[in-house]
Amino acid sequence: MIYDILQMLIFICLLVIITIPLGSYIAKVFTNQHTFFDFVAKPIEKFVYKITGIDESHEMNWKEYALSLVIFNFLGMIFLFILLVSQGKLPLNPQKLPGISSWHLALNTAVSFVTNTNWQAYNGETTVSYLTQMLGFTVQNFLSAATGLSVAIALIRGMMRHSTKDIGNFWVDITRSIIWIFLPLSLILSLILAQQGVIQNFSSYIRVHTLEGLKQVIAMGPVASQEAIKMLGTNGGGFFGANSAHPFENPTPLTNMLEMLAILAIPASLPYAFGKMVKNTRQGWAIFSAMLILFVIMLGTTYYSEKTGNPIISHINITGPSAMEGKEVRFGIAGSSLFSTVTTAASCGAVNSSLDSMTPLGGLIPMLQIMLGEVIFGGVGSGLYSMLIDAFLAVFIVGLMVGRTPEYIGKKIESYEMKMSILAIIIPASTILIGSAIASVTKTGTSVLLNHGPHGLSEILYAFASTTGNNGSAFAGLNSNTLFYNLITSIAMIIGRFGVIIPALAIAGSLANKKVVPVSVGTFPTDNVLFSVLLVGIVLIIGALTFFPALSLGPIIEQLLMNAGKLF
Amino acid sequence: MIKNAILKSLMLLIVLSVFTGLLYPLTITGIAQLIFPHQANGSLIYKDGQVIGSSLIGQQFSDPKYFHGRPSSAGETGYDATSSSASNLGPTNKLLIEKVKKLAQQVRKENGLKSNTAVPSDLITSSASGLDPDISIDAALIQIPRIAKARNISEEKLKNLVNEHIAGRQLGILGEPRVNVLELNIALDNLK
Repeated sequence: MIYDILQMLIFICLLVIITIPLGSYIAKVFTNQHTFFDFVAKPIEKFVYKITGIDESHEMNWKEYALSLVIFNFLGMIFLFILLVSQGKLPLNPQKLPGISSWHLALNTAVSFVTNTNWQAYNGETTVSYLTQMLGFTVQNFLSAATGLSVAIALIRGMMRHSTKDIGNFWVDITRSIIWIFLPLSLILSLILAQQGVIQNFSSYIRVHTLEGLKQVIAMGPVASQEAIKMLGTNGGGFFGANSAHPFENPTPLTNMLEMLAILAIPASLPYAFGKMVKNTRQGWAIFSAMLILFVIMLGTTYYSEKTGNPIISHINITGPSAMEGKEVRFGIAGSSLFSTVTTAASCGAVNSSLDSMTPLGGLIPMLQIMLGEVIFGGVGSGLYSMLIDAFLAVFIVGLMVGRTPEYIGKKIESYEMKMSILAIIIPASTILIGSAIASVTKTGTSVLLNHGPHGLSEILYAFASTTGNNGSAFAGLNSNTLFYNLITSIAMIIGRFGVIIPALAIAGSLANKKVVPVSVGTFPTDNVLFSVLLVGIVLIIGALTFFPALSLGPIIEQLLMNAGKLF
Repeated sequence: MIKNAILKSLMLLIVLSVFTGLLYPLTITGIAQLIFPHQANGSLIYKDGQVIGSSLIGQQFSDPKYFHGRPSSAGETGYDATSSSASNLGPTNKLLIEKVKKLAQQVRKENGLKSNTAVPSDLITSSASGLDPDISIDAALIQIPRIAKARNISEEKLKNLVNEHIAGRQLGILGEPRVNVLELNIALDNLK
C-alpha cells in the first residue's frame, strides 16, 4: 500500500517537473522564438516548405485554417484506407497478411487513426502488416496529434492577438509540431523503451519449442518506434491486441511509468505554454490546478475501488488482491489503476489492464473522464482547447451571477463564443447518449455483448464515450467488429473530433478579431485558486447533469449489486 | 482556395509520411538493432541453438514438475503469442466467478492443499495480455511441495531457487515483486 501511494506521488511529481521546461519549449516553438533544437529543425523545416510549396508567412483566417485541417485529415483517411485494403500486395509483410477484406473494418480503422481515437476493432498481430503499422498507423499517430496541438495553439493565438482575422498557418503549425516536438521526443522515448525490452525488428513471427515441448509462435514487429508516439501523441492504438499490457509493448514497471508520463507530458505542459503565450503564467497555472485537482479525485477513486476489489472473489478465500482478473503481475493494482486513470484523463486509450474486468466503480472513472470531455489534461491539444471551452462557460456563468459582461484573458466572451462553446459540449454529449440508446434497444447492438446485466450497458456506454471522445480504449468484451458498430462508431469518431475542433477554431477566429478589454475592478480574475475551483465545479456539474442517469443504470447499480453478491 | 489546399495537403501528407512512417521507424530499428539487439529481437532464450522462448512472454505449463504460470485467455488454448488478449469478463459475470472457483479448487487439488486453503489470486485469474511471464512470490511458494515431490528435490533447495529468482521492485519502488516463470523453470531443469 505504501509503495502504491509512493508510485502515484512520484508520477505526479515528475509530471509537474516536466511541465515548466516542456511548456516553455512548446511556447517558444509556436511563437517563433529561438530554441536549442533550431540548428537541426530549421533546415528540415525549410526543406519541407520548399518541396511542398508552403508559404511560411501566409496567415489564415479561421475558415481557411479549418478547411485546410479537414482536407488534410480527409486525405489522410483515404490514404490509410487504401493502405489497409491493399497491404497484401505491399512489402514489409513477412506474415503475408492479406488486405483487409471487410470494407467497414477498414473504414472504421482509417477514421479511428486519423481522428486520434485508435479504437481497434481488430487484433494487431493477426490483421495488419508491418508496413501498415508504420506508414499507416505511426504516421497518423504523428499527424492526428499534430492536428490537435495546432488547434489548441490557434485558439491561444485568438487570445494573444487582437483586431485581426488571422489565427496562424495550419501547414506551419503541423510541420513545426512534428519536427520540433513529436519526432525528437519519440526518438528518445523509443530507444529507452527498446533498452527495456520493447521489440523493434522486421522478422517474421518466431517459432518456439517451449520447455514442455509445445509449439508457440511469437509475434514480432517494429514496436518501439510506434509505442513512443502512441503515448506522446495520446493516440493509444496498440501494436498488439493486448495493447500496453503486452510484454513487448510494456515490459517493465519502468516502461510503465515512462509510458504514463509520455501520455500526459505534452497535455500537462500545454497550460503552462498557454500562460507563457498570453504573457500571464498564472492563467496557465489556474487551468493546470483545476486539471490536477480533478486528476487526484479520479485517481483516488479508481485506486480505492480496485484495491477494495471484488467481494465475491474474496469469499473464495484468496491471498493477494481480489481484482487481478485482467491485470499483469508486474504492474499490480497501483500500476494498473494509475495507467487506467492516466489514459482516460488524456484521450490516449492505451491500456495495460482489461478495463472490462475492473470493479464497477473502477471502470466508471475511465468512462466518466472521457464523458467529461477529456479535460483532465486531456489529449494533445484537445485537452487544452476543451478545457478552455469549459473556462469560457465558467466566466459566462460568473458573469450572469454578478451581472457583467464576461471576459477571459482580456477578451469579451459574448453570445457567439457561448453558442460555439455550447455546441462543442452538446455535440459530443448527445452523440454518446443517442448512440448508446440506439445500440441498447436494438438486437444488433446488444447481441455482441460479452457481459450481461448492468455491465452490458456499461460496455455499450463505454464504446460510444470512447469513440466520440476519441479515446479508443474499450470495455473490450463488446465484439465491435460488425457492420453496425463499425459504421456507427465511425460516425461517432468523426462527429466527436470535428464537432469540437470546428467550434474551437470558430471561437479562435472570433476572439482574434476582438479588441483587448483592459483589466478593471469589474473583471473577474481567472488566474487564482477561486477560478480553479470554479472550473472544477463547472466540469463536474456539466458531466453529472448529462451522464448521471445513464451511469446510474450501468456501473453505479452494478457496484451495489456486486456488493450484494448478485451475478449475471 | 480549395484546390490549393488539396494540393498542399497532398504534398505535406507525402513528405511527413516519409519522415514519420519510414525514416523514423527505420532509424530506430537501425539504432536498436545496433545497441540493443537482444531486446530488439524479443529477449529470446536459446538452448542448444534452438529458441525455447522469450523471457518476456509467458508459456503454458501444466506438468506437475514445473512451476505453473497464470491462466491465459490468449488464443484458443492460452499463451498464444499471436493472439494476445484478456478474458474481459466483468466483475459480476457468472462465468468469471465459476471459472475462478474452479481454478481455485484445481490449484488446491494439484498442490495437495485442503479445500479451504487460501490461494494466491494471480494463479486463478487471467492476465491482461494472456502472456504474463510472471507470478507473485506467494504463487511460486505454494507450488514448491508439489514440485519437490515430482522431482524428488528438497523443498529447501526449491525455496532457495525461488528466492534467487525474485525480481524486486524496479529501482526499489516501481511495480510489484514477482518471479519469471520460464526463467525459474529453466533454472529448475538445470538444478542437479
